[in-house]
Amino acid sequence: MKILEIKHLLKRFDGVAAVDHLSAEIEAGKITALIGPNGSGKSTLINTLTGIFPLDGGGVVIRGAHLFSIESPEIAAYGITRTFQEVRLWNQMTVFENLLVALTERSIIGSMFEHHNELHQKQAQELLEKVRLCEKKGELVGGLSYGQRKLLEIARALAMNAEIYFFDEPFAGLFPEMTKIVVSILEELRAKGKTVLLVEHNMNLIRQLADHVIVLDAGKLLAQGKPNEVLERRDVIEAYLGE
Amino acid sequence: MDYLIHIGILAGIYAILAIALNLLVGFTGLVSLAHAAFFAIGAYTAAILTTALHIHFFIAAILGAVVAAVAALLIGLVLSRFRDDFYLLCSIGFTFIVYTIFVNWADLTNGPLGISGIPRPVFFGLDFADNKLFFLKVLLIVGFVFWRADFFVKSSFGRALKAIREDEQALQIFGYKTTYYKLIVFVIAGAIAAVAGALFASYIRYIDPSVAILNESIFALAIIILGGLADLRGSVIGAIILIFLPELLRFVGFPADIAGQMRQLMYGVLLVLFMLYRPQGFLGKFKL
Repeated sequence: MKILEIKHLLKRFDGVAAVDHLSAEIEAGKITALIGPNGSGKSTLINTLTGIFPLDGGGVVIRGAHLFSIESPEIAAYGITRTFQEVRLWNQMTVFENLLVALTERSIIGSMFEHHNELHQKQAQELLEKVRLCEKKGELVGGLSYGQRKLLEIARALAMNAEIYFFDEPFAGLFPEMTKIVVSILEELRAKGKTVLLVEHNMNLIRQLADHVIVLDAGKLLAQGKPNEVLERRDVIEAYLGE
Repeated sequence: MDYLIHIGILAGIYAILAIALNLLVGFTGLVSLAHAAFFAIGAYTAAILTTALHIHFFIAAILGAVVAAVAALLIGLVLSRFRDDFYLLCSIGFTFIVYTIFVNWADLTNGPLGISGIPRPVFFGLDFADNKLFFLKVLLIVGFVFWRADFFVKSSFGRALKAIREDEQALQIFGYKTTYYKLIVFVIAGAIAAVAGALFASYIRYIDPSVAILNESIFALAIIILGGLADLRGSVIGAIILIFLPELLRFVGFPADIAGQMRQLMYGVLLVLFMLYRPQGFLGKFKL
Protein backbone atom coordinates (compact mmCIF):
# COMPACT_ATOMS: atom_id res chain seq x y z
CA MET A 1 0.00 0.00 0.00
CA LYS A 2 1.31 3.44 -0.94
CA ILE A 3 1.59 5.79 2.01
CA LEU A 4 3.44 8.61 0.26
CA GLU A 5 3.34 9.56 -3.41
CA ILE A 6 5.65 12.17 -4.86
CA LYS A 7 4.19 13.64 -8.04
CA HIS A 8 6.31 15.67 -10.48
CA LEU A 9 7.96 17.39 -7.56
CA LEU A 10 10.12 20.36 -8.49
CA LYS A 11 12.52 22.28 -6.30
CA ARG A 12 14.79 24.91 -7.82
CA PHE A 13 17.63 26.96 -6.36
CA ASP A 14 18.52 30.01 -8.44
CA GLY A 15 17.02 28.39 -11.49
CA VAL A 16 18.85 25.09 -11.04
CA ALA A 17 16.55 22.15 -10.37
CA ALA A 18 17.78 20.27 -7.29
CA VAL A 19 14.72 18.00 -7.51
CA ASP A 20 13.59 17.83 -11.09
CA HIS A 21 9.96 16.80 -11.65
CA LEU A 22 10.48 13.71 -9.54
CA SER A 23 7.77 11.10 -9.18
CA ALA A 24 8.11 8.18 -6.78
CA GLU A 25 6.07 6.12 -4.37
CA ILE A 26 6.83 4.97 -0.86
CA GLU A 27 5.27 1.77 0.40
CA ALA A 28 3.79 1.61 3.88
CA GLY A 29 5.54 -0.53 6.48
CA LYS A 30 8.76 -0.78 4.46
CA ILE A 31 12.23 0.70 4.68
CA THR A 32 12.90 2.60 1.47
CA ALA A 33 16.47 3.72 0.92
CA LEU A 34 17.04 6.95 -0.93
CA ILE A 35 20.50 6.93 -2.47
CA GLY A 36 22.51 8.84 -5.00
CA PRO A 37 25.78 10.76 -5.30
CA ASN A 38 26.36 13.97 -3.38
CA GLY A 39 24.22 16.75 -4.78
CA SER A 40 21.71 14.37 -6.32
CA GLY A 41 18.86 15.96 -4.36
CA LYS A 42 18.27 13.42 -1.55
CA SER A 43 18.33 15.87 1.36
CA THR A 44 16.62 18.54 -0.73
CA LEU A 45 13.79 16.09 -1.37
CA ILE A 46 13.37 15.40 2.35
CA ASN A 47 13.62 19.08 3.18
CA THR A 48 10.96 19.85 0.61
CA LEU A 49 8.70 17.05 1.83
CA THR A 50 8.92 18.45 5.36
CA GLY A 51 8.35 22.11 4.49
CA ILE A 52 11.90 23.29 5.17
CA PHE A 53 12.04 24.42 1.54
CA PRO A 54 8.87 25.50 -0.30
CA LEU A 55 8.20 23.34 -3.33
CA ASP A 56 8.24 25.01 -6.74
CA GLY A 57 6.02 22.58 -8.58
CA GLY A 58 4.23 19.27 -8.39
CA GLY A 59 2.83 17.89 -5.18
CA VAL A 60 2.62 14.99 -2.80
CA VAL A 61 -0.06 12.64 -1.58
CA ILE A 62 0.47 11.80 2.07
CA ARG A 63 -1.82 9.12 3.52
CA GLY A 64 -4.44 10.07 0.94
CA ALA A 65 -4.18 13.86 1.37
CA HIS A 66 -3.16 15.77 -1.78
CA LEU A 67 -0.78 18.62 -0.94
CA PHE A 68 0.59 21.29 -3.26
CA SER A 69 2.33 23.22 -0.51
CA ILE A 70 3.79 21.89 2.71
CA GLU A 71 4.21 23.79 5.99
CA SER A 72 6.64 22.34 8.54
CA PRO A 73 4.28 22.61 11.55
CA GLU A 74 1.68 20.57 9.67
CA ILE A 75 3.73 17.52 8.78
CA ALA A 76 3.45 16.06 12.28
CA ALA A 77 -0.32 15.98 11.80
CA TYR A 78 0.23 13.76 8.74
CA GLY A 79 2.22 11.37 10.90
CA ILE A 80 5.63 12.37 9.56
CA THR A 81 8.78 13.09 11.50
CA ARG A 82 12.44 13.29 10.59
CA THR A 83 16.08 13.68 11.54
CA PHE A 84 18.49 16.05 9.82
CA GLN A 85 21.67 15.45 7.84
CA GLU A 86 23.43 17.92 10.14
CA VAL A 87 22.10 17.25 13.64
CA ARG A 88 19.62 19.91 14.72
CA LEU A 89 18.98 19.56 18.42
CA TRP A 90 18.28 22.34 20.92
CA ASN A 91 21.82 22.67 22.22
CA GLN A 92 21.37 24.87 25.26
CA MET A 93 18.70 22.55 26.64
CA THR A 94 19.23 19.24 28.40
CA VAL A 95 18.92 15.81 26.80
CA PHE A 96 15.72 15.24 28.81
CA GLU A 97 14.23 18.58 27.73
CA ASN A 98 14.93 17.78 24.08
CA LEU A 99 12.79 14.67 24.39
CA LEU A 100 10.08 16.41 26.41
CA VAL A 101 9.55 18.92 23.61
CA ALA A 102 8.53 16.03 21.36
CA LEU A 103 6.47 14.31 24.07
CA THR A 104 4.39 17.14 25.55
CA GLU A 105 1.38 19.26 24.65
CA ARG A 106 1.25 21.21 21.37
CA SER A 107 -1.83 23.38 21.91
CA ILE A 108 -0.84 26.82 23.16
CA ILE A 109 -3.33 27.09 26.02
CA GLY A 110 -2.85 23.48 27.07
CA SER A 111 0.93 23.80 27.08
CA MET A 112 0.79 26.86 29.34
CA PHE A 113 -0.75 24.80 32.12
CA GLU A 114 1.12 21.56 31.56
CA HIS A 115 4.20 20.54 33.48
CA HIS A 116 5.79 17.24 32.46
CA ASN A 117 4.35 14.32 34.37
CA GLU A 118 5.33 10.76 35.28
CA LEU A 119 4.15 9.42 31.93
CA HIS A 120 6.43 11.85 30.07
CA GLN A 121 9.29 10.87 32.41
CA LYS A 122 8.69 7.20 31.72
CA GLN A 123 8.49 7.68 27.95
CA ALA A 124 11.68 9.76 27.93
CA GLN A 125 13.45 7.19 30.07
CA GLU A 126 12.49 4.38 27.70
CA LEU A 127 13.77 6.33 24.72
CA LEU A 128 17.03 7.13 26.48
CA GLU A 129 17.46 3.45 27.33
CA LYS A 130 16.89 2.57 23.69
CA VAL A 131 19.74 4.84 22.55
CA ARG A 132 21.88 4.20 25.67
CA LEU A 133 21.94 7.80 26.83
CA CYS A 134 20.35 7.42 30.27
CA GLU A 135 23.37 8.76 32.11
CA LYS A 136 23.34 11.89 29.94
CA LYS A 137 19.74 12.78 30.79
CA GLY A 138 20.49 15.97 32.72
CA GLU A 139 23.37 17.19 30.56
CA LEU A 140 23.21 19.98 28.05
CA VAL A 141 23.07 18.66 24.49
CA GLY A 142 25.92 20.96 23.44
CA GLY A 143 28.26 18.84 25.58
CA LEU A 144 27.48 15.51 23.87
CA SER A 145 29.71 13.84 21.30
CA TYR A 146 28.61 13.89 17.67
CA GLY A 147 27.50 10.26 17.79
CA GLN A 148 25.50 10.80 20.97
CA ARG A 149 23.83 13.79 19.39
CA LYS A 150 22.89 11.66 16.36
CA LEU A 151 21.37 9.04 18.65
CA LEU A 152 19.45 11.64 20.64
CA GLU A 153 18.05 13.10 17.45
CA ILE A 154 16.80 9.64 16.48
CA ALA A 155 15.29 9.19 19.95
CA ARG A 156 13.55 12.56 19.58
CA ALA A 157 12.05 11.41 16.29
CA LEU A 158 10.88 8.16 17.92
CA ALA A 159 9.19 10.22 20.65
CA MET A 160 6.74 11.42 18.00
CA ASN A 161 5.38 7.87 17.52
CA ALA A 162 4.92 8.78 13.86
CA GLU A 163 3.81 6.61 10.94
CA ILE A 164 6.50 7.84 8.51
CA TYR A 165 10.12 8.48 9.48
CA PHE A 166 12.62 10.31 7.31
CA PHE A 167 16.14 9.54 8.49
CA ASP A 168 18.77 11.65 6.75
CA GLU A 169 22.12 9.83 7.01
CA PRO A 170 21.51 8.48 10.53
CA PHE A 171 24.67 6.33 10.47
CA ALA A 172 27.09 9.11 9.50
CA GLY A 173 29.81 9.57 12.12
CA LEU A 174 28.66 6.70 14.34
CA PHE A 175 30.91 4.17 16.07
CA PRO A 176 30.12 0.49 15.29
CA GLU A 177 28.28 0.03 18.61
CA MET A 178 26.12 3.03 17.87
CA THR A 179 25.48 1.76 14.34
CA LYS A 180 24.11 -1.48 15.83
CA ILE A 181 21.70 0.53 17.99
CA VAL A 182 20.36 2.44 14.97
CA VAL A 183 20.06 -0.76 12.91
CA SER A 184 17.98 -2.37 15.65
CA ILE A 185 15.78 0.76 15.89
CA LEU A 186 15.09 0.70 12.16
CA GLU A 187 14.32 -3.03 12.22
CA GLU A 188 11.98 -2.49 15.17
CA LEU A 189 10.16 0.28 13.32
CA ARG A 190 9.64 -2.00 10.34
CA ALA A 191 8.41 -4.77 12.61
CA LYS A 192 5.85 -2.35 14.01
CA GLY A 193 4.62 -1.55 10.50
CA LYS A 194 6.10 1.95 10.39
CA THR A 195 7.40 3.45 7.15
CA VAL A 196 11.00 4.59 6.88
CA LEU A 197 12.66 6.69 4.18
CA LEU A 198 16.37 6.29 4.73
CA VAL A 199 19.06 8.45 3.13
CA GLU A 200 22.30 6.51 3.37
CA HIS A 201 25.60 6.04 1.55
CA ASN A 202 26.71 2.78 3.16
CA MET A 203 25.69 0.10 0.66
CA ASN A 204 26.18 -2.76 3.10
CA LEU A 205 23.66 -1.18 5.46
CA ILE A 206 21.27 -0.58 2.59
CA ARG A 207 21.51 -4.24 1.51
CA GLN A 208 20.95 -5.26 5.13
CA LEU A 209 18.02 -2.95 5.88
CA ALA A 210 16.23 -1.68 2.79
CA ASP A 211 13.19 -3.33 1.22
CA HIS A 212 13.22 -0.92 -1.69
CA VAL A 213 15.77 1.48 -3.13
CA ILE A 214 15.23 4.75 -4.99
CA VAL A 215 18.28 6.18 -6.77
CA LEU A 216 18.46 9.88 -7.58
CA ASP A 217 20.89 11.56 -9.91
CA ALA A 218 20.82 15.31 -10.61
CA GLY A 219 17.40 15.52 -8.98
CA LYS A 220 15.87 12.88 -11.26
CA LEU A 221 14.87 9.30 -10.69
CA LEU A 222 17.67 7.10 -12.00
CA ALA A 223 16.49 3.71 -10.82
CA GLN A 224 14.34 1.97 -8.24
CA GLY A 225 13.64 -1.56 -7.13
CA LYS A 226 15.02 -4.29 -4.89
CA PRO A 227 18.39 -3.40 -3.32
CA ASN A 228 20.40 -6.26 -4.82
CA GLU A 229 19.06 -5.59 -8.30
CA VAL A 230 19.40 -1.80 -8.23
CA LEU A 231 22.84 -1.70 -6.66
CA GLU A 232 24.24 -3.98 -9.39
CA ARG A 233 23.02 -1.78 -12.22
CA ARG A 234 25.78 -0.24 -14.28
CA ASP A 235 24.11 3.20 -14.55
CA VAL A 236 23.77 3.35 -10.75
CA ILE A 237 27.41 2.41 -10.22
CA GLU A 238 28.48 4.97 -12.81
CA ALA A 239 26.42 7.69 -11.16
CA TYR A 240 28.17 6.97 -7.87
CA LEU A 241 31.64 6.72 -9.35
CA GLY A 242 31.07 9.64 -11.68
CA GLU A 243 32.06 7.73 -14.80
CA MET B 1 16.28 54.92 55.06
CA ASP B 2 13.81 56.82 52.86
CA TYR B 3 16.50 57.02 50.23
CA LEU B 4 17.08 53.26 50.33
CA ILE B 5 13.35 52.62 50.09
CA HIS B 6 13.19 54.94 47.07
CA ILE B 7 15.99 52.98 45.39
CA GLY B 8 14.31 49.71 46.37
CA ILE B 9 11.03 50.78 44.77
CA LEU B 10 12.77 51.68 41.52
CA ALA B 11 14.71 48.39 41.58
CA GLY B 12 11.42 46.52 42.07
CA ILE B 13 9.72 48.31 39.19
CA TYR B 14 12.64 47.64 36.87
CA ALA B 15 12.80 44.02 38.06
CA ILE B 16 9.22 43.57 36.78
CA LEU B 17 10.19 45.16 33.46
CA ALA B 18 13.29 42.93 33.29
CA ILE B 19 11.30 39.75 34.03
CA ALA B 20 9.01 40.66 31.13
CA LEU B 21 11.92 41.28 28.79
CA ASN B 22 13.70 38.11 29.90
CA LEU B 23 10.70 36.04 28.78
CA LEU B 24 11.26 37.41 25.33
CA VAL B 25 15.04 37.75 25.03
CA GLY B 26 16.39 35.15 27.46
CA PHE B 27 13.84 32.38 27.07
CA THR B 28 12.69 32.86 23.48
CA GLY B 29 15.83 34.40 21.98
CA LEU B 30 13.93 37.32 20.46
CA VAL B 31 15.92 40.49 21.05
CA SER B 32 13.39 43.29 21.32
CA LEU B 33 13.82 46.98 22.10
CA ALA B 34 10.09 47.61 22.26
CA HIS B 35 9.81 47.30 25.99
CA ALA B 36 10.10 51.01 26.74
CA ALA B 37 7.03 51.42 24.53
CA PHE B 38 4.95 48.94 26.57
CA PHE B 39 6.28 50.41 29.81
CA ALA B 40 5.17 53.83 28.54
CA ILE B 41 1.76 52.55 27.42
CA GLY B 42 1.16 51.19 30.92
CA ALA B 43 2.41 54.40 32.50
CA TYR B 44 0.31 56.69 30.30
CA THR B 45 -2.83 54.56 30.54
CA ALA B 46 -2.61 54.55 34.34
CA ALA B 47 -1.79 58.27 34.43
CA ILE B 48 -4.67 59.27 32.15
CA LEU B 49 -7.23 57.01 33.82
CA THR B 50 -6.31 58.04 37.37
CA THR B 51 -6.02 61.79 36.70
CA ALA B 52 -8.70 62.46 34.09
CA LEU B 53 -11.23 59.77 34.96
CA HIS B 54 -10.31 59.21 38.63
CA ILE B 55 -10.29 55.47 38.18
CA HIS B 56 -8.62 53.51 40.96
CA PHE B 57 -4.95 52.75 40.32
CA PHE B 58 -5.33 48.97 40.45
CA ILE B 59 -8.04 48.99 37.81
CA ALA B 60 -6.05 51.54 35.78
CA ALA B 61 -2.94 49.33 35.98
CA ILE B 62 -4.91 46.29 34.79
CA LEU B 63 -6.40 48.34 31.95
CA GLY B 64 -2.88 49.56 31.12
CA ALA B 65 -1.80 45.94 30.82
CA VAL B 66 -4.80 45.22 28.58
CA VAL B 67 -4.04 48.19 26.30
CA ALA B 68 -0.38 47.12 26.09
CA ALA B 69 -1.45 43.55 25.37
CA VAL B 70 -3.67 44.71 22.51
CA ALA B 71 -0.85 46.89 21.14
CA ALA B 72 1.54 43.94 21.48
CA LEU B 73 -0.93 41.68 19.69
CA LEU B 74 -1.20 44.09 16.76
CA ILE B 75 2.54 44.74 16.40
CA GLY B 76 3.27 41.10 17.24
CA LEU B 77 1.25 39.91 14.26
CA VAL B 78 3.94 41.54 12.12
CA LEU B 79 6.93 40.88 14.39
CA SER B 80 6.26 37.18 14.89
CA ARG B 81 7.03 36.46 11.26
CA PHE B 82 10.60 37.59 11.84
CA ARG B 83 13.50 36.92 14.13
CA ASP B 84 17.04 38.20 14.68
CA ASP B 85 17.90 41.50 12.95
CA PHE B 86 14.48 42.12 11.43
CA TYR B 87 12.77 41.46 14.74
CA LEU B 88 15.06 43.93 16.50
CA LEU B 89 14.64 46.62 13.84
CA CYS B 90 10.84 46.29 13.84
CA SER B 91 10.77 46.55 17.64
CA ILE B 92 12.85 49.77 17.47
CA GLY B 93 10.45 51.16 14.88
CA PHE B 94 7.51 50.43 17.17
CA THR B 95 9.19 52.27 20.06
CA PHE B 96 9.69 55.35 17.87
CA ILE B 97 6.04 55.22 16.80
CA VAL B 98 4.82 55.07 20.41
CA TYR B 99 7.17 57.91 21.44
CA THR B 100 5.92 60.05 18.56
CA ILE B 101 2.29 59.40 19.51
CA PHE B 102 2.90 60.44 23.12
CA VAL B 103 4.67 63.62 22.02
CA ASN B 104 2.11 64.64 19.39
CA TRP B 105 -1.26 63.49 20.72
CA ALA B 106 -1.28 66.45 23.11
CA ASP B 107 -5.04 66.34 23.79
CA LEU B 108 -4.64 62.98 25.43
CA THR B 109 -1.05 62.97 26.71
CA ASN B 110 -0.36 66.68 27.23
CA GLY B 111 2.46 66.33 24.70
CA PRO B 112 6.07 66.98 25.75
CA LEU B 113 4.90 68.56 29.02
CA GLY B 114 3.71 65.20 30.25
CA ILE B 115 1.15 64.42 32.94
CA SER B 116 1.66 65.51 36.53
CA GLY B 117 -0.29 65.02 39.74
CA ILE B 118 -0.76 61.28 39.24
CA PRO B 119 -2.28 60.08 42.53
CA ARG B 120 -0.94 57.32 44.72
CA PRO B 121 -3.70 54.79 45.44
CA VAL B 122 -5.58 54.24 48.67
CA PHE B 123 -6.61 50.64 49.13
CA PHE B 124 -8.65 49.27 52.05
CA GLY B 125 -7.59 52.27 54.12
CA LEU B 126 -3.90 51.87 53.23
CA ASP B 127 -2.52 55.09 51.80
CA PHE B 128 0.28 54.27 49.37
CA ALA B 129 1.51 57.85 49.53
CA ASP B 130 3.68 56.34 52.26
CA ASN B 131 6.81 55.06 50.51
CA LYS B 132 7.19 52.14 52.90
CA LEU B 133 3.75 50.87 51.95
CA PHE B 134 4.45 51.52 48.29
CA PHE B 135 7.67 49.52 48.60
CA LEU B 136 5.70 46.68 50.15
CA LYS B 137 3.21 46.84 47.30
CA VAL B 138 6.01 46.74 44.72
CA LEU B 139 7.61 43.77 46.50
CA LEU B 140 4.32 41.89 46.47
CA ILE B 141 3.82 42.57 42.77
CA VAL B 142 7.42 41.56 41.99
CA GLY B 143 6.83 38.34 43.94
CA PHE B 144 3.55 37.63 42.13
CA VAL B 145 5.01 38.36 38.67
CA PHE B 146 8.07 36.22 39.46
CA TRP B 147 5.89 33.32 40.69
CA ARG B 148 3.64 33.34 37.62
CA ALA B 149 6.55 33.84 35.20
CA ASP B 150 8.40 30.95 36.86
CA PHE B 151 5.34 28.69 36.44
CA PHE B 152 5.11 29.83 32.84
CA VAL B 153 8.75 29.16 31.87
CA LYS B 154 8.73 25.74 33.53
CA SER B 155 5.60 24.70 31.64
CA SER B 156 5.58 22.90 28.30
CA PHE B 157 4.96 26.32 26.73
CA GLY B 158 8.17 27.65 28.32
CA ARG B 159 10.12 24.66 27.05
CA ALA B 160 8.84 25.34 23.53
CA LEU B 161 10.00 28.95 23.86
CA LYS B 162 13.52 27.77 24.66
CA ALA B 163 13.42 25.45 21.65
CA ILE B 164 12.37 28.42 19.47
CA ARG B 165 15.42 30.23 20.78
CA GLU B 166 17.67 27.30 19.85
CA ASP B 167 16.26 26.26 16.47
CA GLU B 168 12.80 27.43 15.51
CA GLN B 169 12.59 25.51 12.25
CA ALA B 170 13.53 22.23 13.91
CA LEU B 171 10.76 22.81 16.44
CA GLN B 172 8.18 23.31 13.69
CA ILE B 173 8.89 19.78 12.46
CA PHE B 174 7.45 18.56 15.76
CA GLY B 175 4.11 20.20 15.14
CA TYR B 176 4.65 23.51 16.91
CA LYS B 177 3.12 26.57 15.26
CA THR B 178 5.95 28.78 16.45
CA THR B 179 4.52 32.04 15.09
CA TYR B 180 1.71 31.83 17.66
CA TYR B 181 4.11 30.97 20.47
CA LYS B 182 6.20 34.05 19.63
CA LEU B 183 3.08 36.18 19.44
CA ILE B 184 1.70 35.01 22.79
CA VAL B 185 4.97 35.53 24.68
CA PHE B 186 5.28 39.00 23.14
CA VAL B 187 1.76 39.88 24.34
CA ILE B 188 2.40 38.51 27.84
CA ALA B 189 5.75 40.33 28.11
CA GLY B 190 4.15 43.55 26.88
CA ALA B 191 1.37 43.33 29.47
CA ILE B 192 3.83 42.73 32.32
CA ALA B 193 5.99 45.66 31.16
CA ALA B 194 2.87 47.84 31.24
CA VAL B 195 2.25 46.90 34.88
CA ALA B 196 5.79 48.09 35.66
CA GLY B 197 5.03 51.32 33.77
CA ALA B 198 1.81 51.89 35.72
CA LEU B 199 3.67 51.42 39.00
CA PHE B 200 6.34 53.86 37.83
CA ALA B 201 3.79 56.53 36.93
CA SER B 202 2.00 56.09 40.23
CA TYR B 203 5.24 56.25 42.19
CA ILE B 204 6.93 59.23 40.47
CA ARG B 205 3.52 60.96 40.04
CA TYR B 206 4.70 62.48 36.78
CA ILE B 207 5.43 61.09 33.35
CA ASP B 208 6.46 62.52 30.02
CA PRO B 209 7.30 60.93 26.64
CA SER B 210 10.90 60.30 27.73
CA VAL B 211 9.70 57.04 29.33
CA ALA B 212 9.26 55.71 25.79
CA ILE B 213 12.75 56.44 24.50
CA LEU B 214 15.09 53.75 23.30
CA ASN B 215 17.47 54.29 26.23
CA GLU B 216 14.85 52.79 28.56
CA SER B 217 14.70 49.64 26.44
CA ILE B 218 18.48 49.43 26.35
CA PHE B 219 18.57 49.86 30.12
CA ALA B 220 16.14 46.95 30.56
CA LEU B 221 18.22 44.87 28.16
CA ALA B 222 21.36 45.72 30.17
CA ILE B 223 19.62 44.51 33.35
CA ILE B 224 18.89 41.07 31.96
CA ILE B 225 22.25 40.68 30.26
CA LEU B 226 23.98 41.57 33.52
CA GLY B 227 21.70 39.54 35.78
CA GLY B 228 21.40 36.56 33.50
CA LEU B 229 19.49 35.59 30.39
CA ALA B 230 16.87 32.86 30.77
CA ASP B 231 16.99 33.13 34.56
CA LEU B 232 14.25 35.06 36.34
CA ARG B 233 16.38 35.54 39.46
CA GLY B 234 18.92 37.21 37.20
CA SER B 235 16.31 39.80 36.19
CA VAL B 236 15.80 40.78 39.84
CA ILE B 237 19.49 40.76 40.69
CA GLY B 238 20.37 42.72 37.55
CA ALA B 239 17.75 45.36 38.39
CA ILE B 240 19.08 45.70 41.94
CA ILE B 241 22.67 46.07 40.72
CA LEU B 242 21.97 48.50 37.91
CA ILE B 243 19.71 50.70 40.04
CA PHE B 244 21.93 50.68 43.11
CA LEU B 245 25.39 50.82 41.51
CA PRO B 246 25.11 54.22 39.76
CA GLU B 247 23.85 55.69 43.03
CA LEU B 248 27.39 55.25 44.36
CA LEU B 249 28.46 57.93 41.89
CA ARG B 250 26.58 60.42 44.01
CA PHE B 251 29.15 59.91 46.73
CA VAL B 252 32.14 60.35 44.39
CA GLY B 253 31.43 64.04 44.12
CA PHE B 254 30.91 64.51 40.37
CA PRO B 255 28.90 67.59 39.37
CA ALA B 256 25.27 66.66 38.63
CA ASP B 257 25.56 67.03 34.85
CA ILE B 258 28.69 64.86 34.70
CA ALA B 259 27.23 62.26 37.08
CA GLY B 260 24.38 61.70 34.60
CA GLN B 261 26.86 61.00 31.80
CA MET B 262 28.93 58.77 34.09
CA ARG B 263 25.87 56.66 34.72
CA GLN B 264 25.47 55.97 30.98
CA LEU B 265 29.20 55.30 30.77
CA MET B 266 28.96 52.81 33.63
CA TYR B 267 26.12 50.90 31.92
CA GLY B 268 28.13 50.79 28.71
CA VAL B 269 31.32 49.58 30.38
CA LEU B 270 29.46 46.93 32.36
CA LEU B 271 27.73 45.65 29.24
CA VAL B 272 30.99 45.42 27.31
CA LEU B 273 32.77 43.66 30.19
CA PHE B 274 29.97 41.13 30.60
CA MET B 275 29.75 40.45 26.88
CA LEU B 276 33.50 39.79 26.85
CA TYR B 277 33.95 37.78 30.02
CA ARG B 278 30.56 36.43 31.11
CA PRO B 279 28.07 36.63 28.24
CA GLN B 280 25.45 34.65 30.15
CA GLY B 281 25.42 37.25 32.98
CA PHE B 282 25.59 36.49 36.70
CA LEU B 283 23.04 33.68 36.79
CA GLY B 284 22.18 33.17 33.15
CA LYS B 285 21.79 29.85 31.40
CA PHE B 286 21.91 31.15 27.88
CA LYS B 287 24.49 33.04 25.82
CA LEU B 288 23.24 35.49 23.21
